Amino acid sequence: MLLSSPRFTGENRPPFELKGSLFTLTVLHLFQLDRAAIERHLTDKVKQAPSFFNDTPVVIDLDALAEPRDGVDSVDFQGLYQTLRQYGMAPVGIRHGSPELQARARLAGLPVLPDNRSASAAKKSEPTEPPSPHSRVIHHPVRSGQQIYVADGDLIVLGAVSAGAEVIADGNIHIYGVLRGRALAGVKGDVEAWIFCQSLEAELISIAGRYRISEQIDSAGQGKAMQIHLVDDRLVIEALAH
Amino acid sequence: MATVIVVTSGKGGVGKTTTSASFATGLAQRGYRTAVIDFDVGLRNLDLIMGCERRVVYDFINVINGEANLNQALIRDKHVENLYILPASQTRDKEALTKEGVERVLDDLRQSFEYIVCDSPAGIERGALMALYFADEAMVVTNPEVSSVRDSDRILGILASRSRRAEQGDPPVKEHLVLSRYAPERADRGDMLSVEDVLEILGIPLLGVIPESPTVLQSSNAGVPVILEEGSDAGAAYGDLVDRFLGKNLPHRFITPPKKGFLKRLFSGG
Repeated sequence: MLLSSPRFTGENRPPFELKGSLFTLTVLHLFQLDRAAIERHLTDKVKQAPSFFNDTPVVIDLDALAEPRDGVDSVDFQGLYQTLRQYGMAPVGIRHGSPELQARARLAGLPVLPDNRSASAAKKSEPTEPPSPHSRVIHHPVRSGQQIYVADGDLIVLGAVSAGAEVIADGNIHIYGVLRGRALAGVKGDVEAWIFCQSLEAELISIAGRYRISEQIDSAGQGKAMQIHLVDDRLVIEALAH
Repeated sequence: MATVIVVTSGKGGVGKTTTSASFATGLAQRGYRTAVIDFDVGLRNLDLIMGCERRVVYDFINVINGEANLNQALIRDKHVENLYILPASQTRDKEALTKEGVERVLDDLRQSFEYIVCDSPAGIERGALMALYFADEAMVVTNPEVSSVRDSDRILGILASRSRRAEQGDPPVKEHLVLSRYAPERADRGDMLSVEDVLEILGIPLLGVIPESPTVLQSSNAGVPVILEEGSDAGAAYGDLVDRFLGKNLPHRFITPPKKGFLKRLFSGG
Protein backbone atom coordinates (compact mmCIF):
# COMPACT_ATOMS: atom_id res chain seq x y z
CA MET A 1 0.00 0.00 0.00
CA LEU A 2 2.73 2.44 0.94
CA LEU A 3 4.68 1.81 -2.23
CA SER A 4 1.67 2.31 -4.44
CA SER A 5 0.84 5.64 -2.88
CA PRO A 6 1.82 8.60 -5.10
CA ARG A 7 4.33 9.98 -2.63
CA PHE A 8 6.66 7.09 -3.22
CA THR A 9 6.55 6.68 -6.96
CA GLY A 10 8.88 7.95 -9.67
CA GLU A 11 11.14 10.85 -8.94
CA ASN A 12 9.54 11.63 -5.62
CA ARG A 13 10.64 8.42 -4.10
CA PRO A 14 13.00 9.16 -1.17
CA PRO A 15 16.51 7.71 -1.26
CA PHE A 16 15.92 5.57 1.80
CA GLU A 17 13.46 4.57 4.43
CA LEU A 18 14.02 3.93 8.14
CA LYS A 19 12.46 0.95 9.80
CA GLY A 20 12.99 -0.60 13.18
CA SER A 21 14.19 -4.20 13.31
CA LEU A 22 15.48 -6.60 15.90
CA PHE A 23 18.81 -8.44 15.69
CA THR A 24 20.45 -10.92 17.92
CA LEU A 25 23.79 -9.59 19.02
CA THR A 26 26.56 -11.41 20.81
CA VAL A 27 27.80 -9.59 23.84
CA LEU A 28 31.51 -9.81 24.60
CA HIS A 29 32.05 -9.18 28.27
CA LEU A 30 35.54 -7.75 28.53
CA PHE A 31 37.40 -8.43 31.79
CA GLN A 32 40.83 -7.03 30.91
CA LEU A 33 42.57 -5.15 28.11
CA ASP A 34 45.67 -7.30 27.65
CA ARG A 35 45.65 -7.67 23.85
CA ALA A 36 47.89 -10.76 23.89
CA ALA A 37 45.58 -12.53 26.33
CA ILE A 38 42.55 -11.60 24.23
CA GLU A 39 44.18 -12.93 21.06
CA ARG A 40 45.12 -16.22 22.74
CA HIS A 41 41.61 -16.76 23.94
CA LEU A 42 40.17 -15.85 20.55
CA THR A 43 42.45 -18.32 18.81
CA ASP A 44 41.21 -21.05 21.10
CA LYS A 45 37.60 -20.15 20.44
CA VAL A 46 38.06 -20.03 16.69
CA LYS A 47 39.78 -23.41 16.77
CA GLN A 48 36.73 -24.93 18.37
CA ALA A 49 34.39 -23.52 15.75
CA PRO A 50 36.27 -22.16 12.75
CA SER A 51 33.47 -20.27 11.01
CA PHE A 52 31.54 -19.39 14.12
CA PHE A 53 32.60 -15.76 14.21
CA ASN A 54 32.21 -14.91 10.53
CA ASP A 55 30.77 -11.40 10.58
CA THR A 56 29.21 -11.97 13.95
CA PRO A 57 28.06 -8.60 15.26
CA VAL A 58 29.25 -8.13 18.83
CA VAL A 59 28.68 -5.55 21.50
CA ILE A 60 31.60 -5.00 23.83
CA ASP A 61 30.38 -4.85 27.38
CA LEU A 62 32.72 -2.92 29.67
CA ASP A 63 30.78 -3.44 32.87
CA ALA A 64 33.12 -6.07 34.31
CA LEU A 65 36.30 -4.45 33.03
CA ALA A 66 38.85 -3.75 35.72
CA GLU A 67 40.01 -0.15 35.90
CA PRO A 68 43.07 0.06 33.56
CA ARG A 69 46.28 0.51 35.54
CA ASP A 70 47.70 3.13 33.22
CA GLY A 71 44.55 5.23 33.20
CA VAL A 72 41.76 5.50 30.68
CA ASP A 73 43.92 7.22 28.08
CA SER A 74 45.95 4.03 27.62
CA VAL A 75 42.94 2.09 26.37
CA ASP A 76 43.26 1.42 22.67
CA PHE A 77 39.76 0.75 21.30
CA GLN A 78 41.04 1.06 17.73
CA GLY A 79 43.47 -1.81 18.35
CA LEU A 80 40.79 -3.88 20.08
CA TYR A 81 38.46 -3.33 17.14
CA GLN A 82 41.06 -4.53 14.66
CA THR A 83 41.88 -7.60 16.72
CA LEU A 84 38.25 -8.63 16.95
CA ARG A 85 37.70 -7.96 13.25
CA GLN A 86 40.73 -10.14 12.45
CA TYR A 87 38.98 -13.08 14.08
CA GLY A 88 35.77 -12.46 12.18
CA MET A 89 33.81 -10.49 14.71
CA ALA A 90 32.10 -7.24 13.74
CA PRO A 91 32.01 -4.91 16.75
CA VAL A 92 28.97 -2.63 16.50
CA GLY A 93 29.49 -0.67 19.69
CA ILE A 94 30.12 -0.77 23.40
CA ARG A 95 27.95 -0.55 26.42
CA HIS A 96 28.38 0.24 30.11
CA GLY A 97 31.75 1.44 31.39
CA SER A 98 32.70 4.77 32.85
CA PRO A 99 31.92 8.00 30.98
CA GLU A 100 35.65 8.36 30.26
CA LEU A 101 35.84 4.91 28.69
CA GLN A 102 32.71 5.63 26.68
CA ALA A 103 34.18 8.89 25.39
CA ARG A 104 37.30 7.02 24.28
CA ALA A 105 35.22 4.38 22.54
CA ARG A 106 33.33 7.07 20.64
CA LEU A 107 36.65 8.56 19.51
CA ALA A 108 37.55 5.16 18.10
CA GLY A 109 34.29 5.08 16.13
CA LEU A 110 32.48 2.68 18.44
CA PRO A 111 29.04 3.99 19.37
CA VAL A 112 27.80 3.63 22.94
CA LEU A 113 24.65 1.55 23.07
CA PRO A 114 22.00 2.49 25.62
CA ASP A 115 22.01 0.73 28.94
CA ASN A 116 18.83 -1.34 28.73
CA ARG A 117 19.16 -3.16 32.00
CA SER A 118 16.46 -1.20 33.85
CA ALA A 119 14.14 -1.16 30.84
CA SER A 120 14.36 -4.88 30.27
CA ALA A 121 13.88 -5.58 33.93
CA ALA A 122 10.74 -3.45 34.00
CA LYS A 123 9.39 -5.06 30.83
CA LYS A 124 9.96 -8.51 32.21
CA SER A 125 7.91 -7.79 35.30
CA GLU A 126 4.81 -6.75 33.32
CA PRO A 127 3.92 -9.07 30.48
CA THR A 128 5.46 -12.19 31.98
CA GLU A 129 3.23 -11.90 35.03
CA PRO A 130 0.61 -14.65 34.89
CA PRO A 131 -3.01 -13.50 34.55
CA SER A 132 -3.41 -11.67 37.79
CA PRO A 133 -4.98 -13.59 40.63
CA HIS A 134 -6.47 -10.29 41.78
CA SER A 135 -8.76 -9.95 38.78
CA ARG A 136 -12.40 -9.58 39.66
CA VAL A 137 -15.55 -10.54 37.79
CA ILE A 138 -18.66 -8.51 38.60
CA HIS A 139 -21.83 -10.44 37.78
CA HIS A 140 -24.31 -7.60 38.22
CA PRO A 141 -24.73 -4.22 36.59
CA VAL A 142 -22.70 -1.43 38.18
CA ARG A 143 -25.25 1.20 39.16
CA SER A 144 -24.99 4.95 39.47
CA GLY A 145 -23.02 5.91 42.58
CA GLN A 146 -21.25 2.57 42.86
CA GLN A 147 -17.50 2.41 42.58
CA ILE A 148 -15.54 -0.75 41.97
CA TYR A 149 -11.76 -0.82 42.20
CA VAL A 150 -9.53 -3.77 41.48
CA ALA A 151 -5.98 -3.45 42.78
CA ASP A 152 -3.21 -5.18 40.82
CA GLY A 153 -5.55 -6.80 38.34
CA ASP A 154 -8.24 -6.68 35.71
CA LEU A 155 -11.88 -5.82 36.20
CA ILE A 156 -14.48 -7.73 34.21
CA VAL A 157 -18.09 -6.53 34.32
CA LEU A 158 -20.79 -8.86 32.98
CA GLY A 159 -23.33 -6.10 32.58
CA ALA A 160 -23.74 -2.40 32.11
CA VAL A 161 -21.88 0.35 33.91
CA SER A 162 -24.44 3.08 34.52
CA ALA A 163 -23.98 6.81 34.23
CA GLY A 164 -22.56 8.01 37.53
CA ALA A 165 -20.85 4.68 38.25
CA GLU A 166 -17.07 4.23 38.31
CA VAL A 167 -15.06 1.17 37.41
CA ILE A 168 -11.37 1.38 38.21
CA ALA A 169 -8.53 -1.11 37.84
CA ASP A 170 -4.77 -1.17 38.05
CA GLY A 171 -4.96 -3.46 35.00
CA ASN A 172 -7.40 -3.76 32.10
CA ILE A 173 -11.15 -3.22 32.18
CA HIS A 174 -13.56 -5.42 30.21
CA ILE A 175 -17.23 -4.46 30.11
CA TYR A 176 -19.63 -6.93 28.50
CA GLY A 177 -22.41 -4.38 28.43
CA VAL A 178 -22.93 -0.69 27.87
CA LEU A 179 -20.35 1.64 29.41
CA ARG A 180 -22.23 4.78 30.39
CA GLY A 181 -20.22 5.74 33.46
CA ARG A 182 -16.51 6.21 34.01
CA ALA A 183 -13.83 3.63 33.32
CA LEU A 184 -10.27 4.17 34.52
CA ALA A 185 -7.72 1.51 33.63
CA GLY A 186 -4.05 1.36 34.60
CA VAL A 187 -4.62 3.86 37.39
CA LYS A 188 -1.24 3.11 38.93
CA GLY A 189 0.42 4.19 35.70
CA ASP A 190 0.32 1.05 33.56
CA VAL A 191 0.40 2.50 30.04
CA GLU A 192 -0.16 -1.00 28.62
CA ALA A 193 -3.66 -1.20 30.10
CA TRP A 194 -6.71 -1.43 27.82
CA ILE A 195 -10.41 -0.79 28.13
CA PHE A 196 -12.89 -2.91 26.18
CA CYS A 197 -16.64 -2.37 26.07
CA GLN A 198 -19.63 -3.65 24.12
CA SER A 199 -21.07 -0.16 23.69
CA LEU A 200 -19.19 3.05 24.35
CA GLU A 201 -21.37 5.77 25.86
CA ALA A 202 -18.92 6.69 28.60
CA GLU A 203 -18.81 9.84 30.67
CA LEU A 204 -15.08 9.46 30.96
CA ILE A 205 -12.39 7.01 29.94
CA SER A 206 -8.86 7.04 31.25
CA ILE A 207 -5.74 4.96 30.89
CA ALA A 208 -2.74 5.63 33.13
CA GLY A 209 -4.04 9.12 33.86
CA ARG A 210 -4.65 10.12 30.22
CA TYR A 211 -8.35 10.77 30.03
CA ARG A 212 -11.08 11.89 27.73
CA ILE A 213 -14.58 13.04 28.64
CA SER A 214 -17.62 12.13 26.58
CA GLU A 215 -17.54 15.39 24.63
CA GLN A 216 -14.05 14.55 23.43
CA ILE A 217 -14.97 11.07 22.28
CA ASP A 218 -15.55 10.92 18.55
CA SER A 219 -19.27 10.49 17.95
CA ALA A 220 -18.49 7.84 15.33
CA GLY A 221 -17.49 5.48 18.12
CA GLN A 222 -20.43 6.28 20.38
CA GLY A 223 -22.71 3.35 21.04
CA LYS A 224 -20.40 0.84 19.37
CA ALA A 225 -18.17 -1.94 20.63
CA MET A 226 -14.81 -0.26 21.13
CA GLN A 227 -11.35 -0.80 22.55
CA ILE A 228 -9.25 1.92 24.06
CA HIS A 229 -5.51 1.96 24.63
CA LEU A 230 -2.51 4.27 24.66
CA VAL A 231 -0.24 4.77 21.68
CA ASP A 232 2.65 7.17 22.27
CA ASP A 233 0.89 8.57 25.30
CA ARG A 234 -2.29 9.32 23.34
CA LEU A 235 -5.63 7.61 23.91
CA VAL A 236 -6.68 5.65 20.85
CA ILE A 237 -10.33 4.66 20.62
CA GLU A 238 -11.03 2.10 17.92
CA ALA A 239 -13.55 -0.51 16.92
CA LEU A 240 -13.24 -3.69 18.94
CA ALA A 241 -11.04 -6.12 16.99
CA HIS A 242 -12.83 -9.35 16.18
CA MET B 1 -44.56 -15.75 55.44
CA ALA B 2 -45.17 -12.05 54.91
CA THR B 3 -43.49 -10.20 52.07
CA VAL B 4 -41.97 -6.76 52.65
CA ILE B 5 -42.09 -4.50 49.59
CA VAL B 6 -40.39 -1.11 49.48
CA VAL B 7 -41.69 1.56 47.13
CA THR B 8 -38.69 3.73 46.39
CA SER B 9 -37.17 6.00 43.74
CA GLY B 10 -34.35 8.21 44.95
CA LYS B 11 -36.00 11.23 43.42
CA GLY B 12 -38.91 13.07 45.01
CA GLY B 13 -42.25 13.78 43.42
CA VAL B 14 -42.26 10.83 41.04
CA GLY B 15 -45.23 9.05 42.59
CA LYS B 16 -43.94 6.86 45.40
CA THR B 17 -46.71 7.64 47.84
CA THR B 18 -49.38 7.50 45.11
CA THR B 19 -48.01 4.08 44.11
CA SER B 20 -47.76 2.85 47.71
CA ALA B 21 -51.37 3.85 48.41
CA SER B 22 -52.80 2.30 45.24
CA PHE B 23 -50.64 -0.83 45.40
CA ALA B 24 -51.53 -1.51 49.04
CA THR B 25 -55.18 -0.80 48.35
CA GLY B 26 -55.11 -3.13 45.32
CA LEU B 27 -53.58 -5.98 47.34
CA ALA B 28 -56.20 -5.54 50.05
CA GLN B 29 -59.02 -5.38 47.47
CA ARG B 30 -57.86 -8.75 46.23
CA GLY B 31 -58.16 -10.19 49.71
CA TYR B 32 -54.62 -9.98 51.07
CA ARG B 33 -54.07 -8.64 54.57
CA THR B 34 -51.89 -5.62 53.88
CA ALA B 35 -50.13 -2.97 55.95
CA VAL B 36 -48.61 0.16 54.47
CA ILE B 37 -46.01 2.13 56.43
CA ASP B 38 -45.05 5.75 55.85
CA PHE B 39 -41.27 6.03 56.31
CA ASP B 40 -41.24 9.74 55.48
CA VAL B 41 -40.83 10.83 59.08
CA GLY B 42 -41.29 14.59 59.36
CA LEU B 43 -43.04 14.89 55.99
CA ARG B 44 -46.07 12.71 56.56
CA ASN B 45 -48.12 12.37 53.37
CA LEU B 46 -49.45 8.85 53.03
CA ASP B 47 -52.28 9.52 55.47
CA LEU B 48 -53.44 12.42 53.28
CA ILE B 49 -53.37 10.39 50.06
CA MET B 50 -55.31 7.62 51.79
CA GLY B 51 -57.73 9.98 53.46
CA CYS B 52 -57.05 8.99 57.05
CA GLU B 53 -55.20 12.06 58.28
CA ARG B 54 -57.83 12.96 60.84
CA ARG B 55 -57.68 9.58 62.47
CA VAL B 56 -53.93 9.59 63.28
CA VAL B 57 -53.36 9.23 67.01
CA TYR B 58 -50.12 7.31 67.37
CA ASP B 59 -47.47 6.84 64.71
CA PHE B 60 -44.58 4.66 63.57
CA ILE B 61 -42.05 6.43 65.82
CA ASN B 62 -44.30 6.03 68.86
CA VAL B 63 -44.30 2.30 68.21
CA ILE B 64 -40.53 2.19 67.68
CA ASN B 65 -40.02 4.03 70.96
CA GLY B 66 -42.47 1.81 72.83
CA GLU B 67 -44.83 4.70 73.53
CA ALA B 68 -47.69 2.88 71.84
CA ASN B 69 -48.32 -0.63 70.62
CA LEU B 70 -48.93 -1.56 67.01
CA ASN B 71 -52.67 -2.03 67.41
CA GLN B 72 -53.01 1.48 68.77
CA ALA B 73 -51.04 3.00 65.91
CA LEU B 74 -52.40 1.05 62.94
CA ILE B 75 -55.24 2.87 61.21
CA ARG B 76 -57.89 0.74 59.56
CA ASP B 77 -58.59 1.92 56.03
CA LYS B 78 -62.11 3.02 55.43
CA HIS B 79 -62.19 2.25 51.69
CA VAL B 80 -61.25 -1.42 51.64
CA GLU B 81 -61.09 -4.36 54.03
CA ASN B 82 -57.79 -5.94 55.08
CA LEU B 83 -55.83 -2.69 54.82
CA TYR B 84 -54.04 -0.90 57.63
CA ILE B 85 -51.91 2.23 57.59
CA LEU B 86 -49.00 2.96 59.91
CA PRO B 87 -48.48 6.71 59.59
CA ALA B 88 -45.19 8.57 59.98
CA SER B 89 -44.56 11.05 62.75
CA GLN B 90 -44.82 14.63 61.58
CA THR B 91 -42.93 16.09 64.53
CA ARG B 92 -39.83 13.91 64.55
CA ASP B 93 -37.01 13.45 62.11
CA LYS B 94 -35.53 10.43 60.38
CA GLU B 95 -32.92 9.85 63.07
CA ALA B 96 -35.75 8.37 65.13
CA LEU B 97 -35.79 5.42 62.72
CA THR B 98 -33.46 2.92 64.36
CA LYS B 99 -32.61 -0.31 62.62
CA GLU B 100 -33.58 -2.35 65.67
CA GLY B 101 -36.85 -0.46 66.08
CA VAL B 102 -37.84 -0.83 62.42
CA GLU B 103 -36.95 -4.51 62.49
CA ARG B 104 -39.06 -5.09 65.59
CA VAL B 105 -42.08 -3.35 64.08
CA LEU B 106 -41.73 -5.27 60.80
CA ASP B 107 -41.37 -8.57 62.66
CA ASP B 108 -44.55 -7.80 64.58
CA LEU B 109 -46.41 -6.90 61.38
CA ARG B 110 -45.24 -10.12 59.72
CA GLN B 111 -47.26 -12.04 62.31
CA SER B 112 -50.59 -10.71 61.10
CA PHE B 113 -50.12 -9.44 57.55
CA GLU B 114 -49.33 -11.03 54.20
CA TYR B 115 -47.91 -7.93 52.53
CA ILE B 116 -46.12 -5.02 54.16
CA VAL B 117 -45.63 -2.03 51.87
CA CYS B 118 -42.94 0.47 52.91
CA ASP B 119 -43.44 3.93 51.42
CA SER B 120 -39.90 5.33 51.21
CA PRO B 121 -39.01 9.00 51.46
CA ALA B 122 -37.01 10.56 48.64
CA GLY B 123 -33.23 10.70 48.86
CA ILE B 124 -30.69 8.12 49.90
CA GLU B 125 -30.39 9.07 53.54
CA ARG B 126 -31.51 7.33 56.68
CA GLY B 127 -35.25 7.31 55.95
CA ALA B 128 -34.80 5.78 52.52
CA LEU B 129 -32.13 3.35 53.74
CA MET B 130 -34.34 2.14 56.59
CA ALA B 131 -37.34 1.75 54.27
CA LEU B 132 -35.42 -0.52 51.90
CA TYR B 133 -33.14 -2.31 54.36
CA PHE B 134 -35.55 -5.13 55.28
CA ALA B 135 -37.24 -5.39 51.87
CA ASP B 136 -37.83 -8.66 50.04
CA GLU B 137 -38.99 -6.90 46.90
CA ALA B 138 -38.63 -3.36 45.62
CA MET B 139 -40.82 -1.25 43.41
CA VAL B 140 -38.69 1.41 41.83
CA VAL B 141 -40.86 4.29 40.71
CA THR B 142 -39.41 6.25 37.81
CA ASN B 143 -40.62 9.08 35.61
CA PRO B 144 -39.61 9.02 31.94
CA GLU B 145 -36.98 11.66 32.50
CA VAL B 146 -33.18 11.38 32.72
CA SER B 147 -32.66 12.64 36.27
CA SER B 148 -35.35 10.37 37.63
CA VAL B 149 -33.88 7.39 35.78
CA ARG B 150 -30.42 8.10 37.13
CA ASP B 151 -31.71 8.37 40.69
CA SER B 152 -33.55 5.08 40.26
CA ASP B 153 -30.32 3.54 39.05
CA ARG B 154 -28.63 4.81 42.20
CA ILE B 155 -31.34 3.30 44.39
CA LEU B 156 -31.01 -0.03 42.56
CA GLY B 157 -27.30 0.04 43.38
CA ILE B 158 -28.08 0.65 47.04
CA LEU B 159 -30.65 -2.16 47.05
CA ALA B 160 -28.01 -4.48 45.63
CA SER B 161 -25.35 -3.51 48.12
CA ARG B 162 -26.85 -2.15 51.32
CA SER B 163 -30.08 -4.04 51.93
CA ARG B 164 -30.17 -6.74 54.58
CA ARG B 165 -30.42 -9.38 51.85
CA ALA B 166 -27.23 -8.02 50.27
CA GLU B 167 -25.40 -7.77 53.58
CA GLN B 168 -26.32 -11.30 54.64
CA GLY B 169 -25.70 -12.82 51.22
CA ASP B 170 -29.35 -13.92 50.85
CA PRO B 171 -31.04 -13.99 47.43
CA PRO B 172 -31.16 -10.39 46.20
CA VAL B 173 -34.11 -8.05 46.60
CA LYS B 174 -36.51 -8.68 43.70
CA GLU B 175 -36.71 -5.56 41.59
CA HIS B 176 -39.74 -4.17 39.76
CA LEU B 177 -39.95 -1.07 37.62
CA VAL B 178 -42.95 1.23 37.81
CA LEU B 179 -42.88 3.89 35.14
CA SER B 180 -45.25 6.64 36.21
CA ARG B 181 -46.49 9.89 34.67
CA TYR B 182 -46.01 8.39 31.23
CA ALA B 183 -47.39 10.31 28.25
CA PRO B 184 -47.11 8.10 25.14
CA GLU B 185 -47.60 10.89 22.63
CA ARG B 186 -44.82 12.93 24.24
CA ALA B 187 -42.52 9.90 24.28
CA ASP B 188 -43.30 9.39 20.58
CA ARG B 189 -42.31 12.98 19.91
CA GLY B 190 -39.09 12.48 21.82
CA ASP B 191 -40.03 14.95 24.57
CA MET B 192 -39.68 12.27 27.18
CA LEU B 193 -37.89 8.95 27.42
CA SER B 194 -39.78 5.98 26.02
CA VAL B 195 -40.51 2.78 27.92
CA GLU B 196 -37.74 1.10 25.90
CA ASP B 197 -35.22 3.85 26.76
CA VAL B 198 -35.87 3.47 30.48
CA LEU B 199 -35.78 -0.32 30.35
CA GLU B 200 -32.52 -0.25 28.45
CA ILE B 201 -30.86 1.94 31.06
CA LEU B 202 -32.22 0.27 34.18
CA GLY B 203 -32.43 -3.29 32.94
CA ILE B 204 -35.05 -4.53 35.42
CA PRO B 205 -38.49 -6.07 34.73
CA LEU B 206 -41.34 -3.66 34.05
CA LEU B 207 -44.24 -4.15 36.43
CA GLY B 208 -46.43 -1.31 35.26
CA VAL B 209 -46.71 1.88 33.25
CA ILE B 210 -48.94 4.51 34.86
CA PRO B 211 -50.14 7.12 32.38
CA GLU B 212 -49.99 10.80 33.22
CA SER B 213 -53.52 11.62 34.31
CA PRO B 214 -55.33 14.53 35.97
CA THR B 215 -57.25 11.96 38.03
CA VAL B 216 -54.12 11.28 40.10
CA LEU B 217 -54.04 14.84 41.41
CA GLN B 218 -57.79 14.93 41.97
CA SER B 219 -57.83 11.68 43.90
CA SER B 220 -54.79 12.71 45.97
CA ASN B 221 -56.58 15.84 47.04
CA ALA B 222 -59.72 13.87 47.76
CA GLY B 223 -57.81 11.32 49.85
CA VAL B 224 -58.86 8.36 47.69
CA PRO B 225 -56.18 6.11 46.19
CA VAL B 226 -56.42 6.43 42.43
CA ILE B 227 -56.80 2.67 42.00
CA LEU B 228 -60.31 3.12 43.39
CA GLU B 229 -61.22 5.59 40.63
CA GLU B 230 -63.12 3.32 38.30
CA GLY B 231 -62.77 4.32 34.69
CA SER B 232 -59.57 6.33 35.03
CA ASP B 233 -56.52 5.26 33.02
CA ALA B 234 -54.19 5.61 35.98
CA GLY B 235 -56.52 3.61 38.22
CA ALA B 236 -56.79 0.83 35.62
CA ALA B 237 -53.01 0.81 35.18
CA TYR B 238 -52.53 0.36 38.95
CA GLY B 239 -55.09 -2.45 38.88
CA ASP B 240 -53.06 -4.20 36.17
CA LEU B 241 -49.88 -3.58 38.14
CA VAL B 242 -51.26 -5.31 41.23
CA ASP B 243 -52.49 -8.26 39.15
CA ARG B 244 -49.11 -8.57 37.48
CA PHE B 245 -47.40 -8.44 40.86
CA LEU B 246 -49.61 -11.33 41.96
CA GLY B 247 -48.55 -13.35 38.95
CA LYS B 248 -51.06 -12.56 36.20
CA ASN B 249 -49.63 -12.15 32.74
CA LEU B 250 -51.23 -8.99 31.38
CA PRO B 251 -50.12 -6.90 28.40
CA HIS B 252 -49.06 -3.34 29.15
CA ARG B 253 -51.71 -0.79 28.32
CA PHE B 254 -51.30 2.98 27.95
CA ILE B 255 -47.90 2.79 26.31
CA THR B 256 -49.01 3.83 22.83
CA PRO B 257 -50.83 7.08 22.03
CA PRO B 258 -54.61 6.74 21.84
CA LYS B 259 -55.78 6.35 18.26
CA LYS B 260 -57.52 9.40 16.92
CA GLY B 261 -61.07 8.93 15.76
CA PHE B 262 -62.13 9.81 12.23
CA LEU B 263 -63.55 13.20 13.18
CA LYS B 264 -60.53 14.17 15.29
CA ARG B 265 -58.24 13.26 12.44
CA LEU B 266 -60.36 15.30 10.05
CA PHE B 267 -60.21 18.41 12.20
CA SER B 268 -56.59 18.20 13.29
CA GLY B 269 -55.61 17.84 9.65
CA GLY B 270 -53.49 14.80 10.41
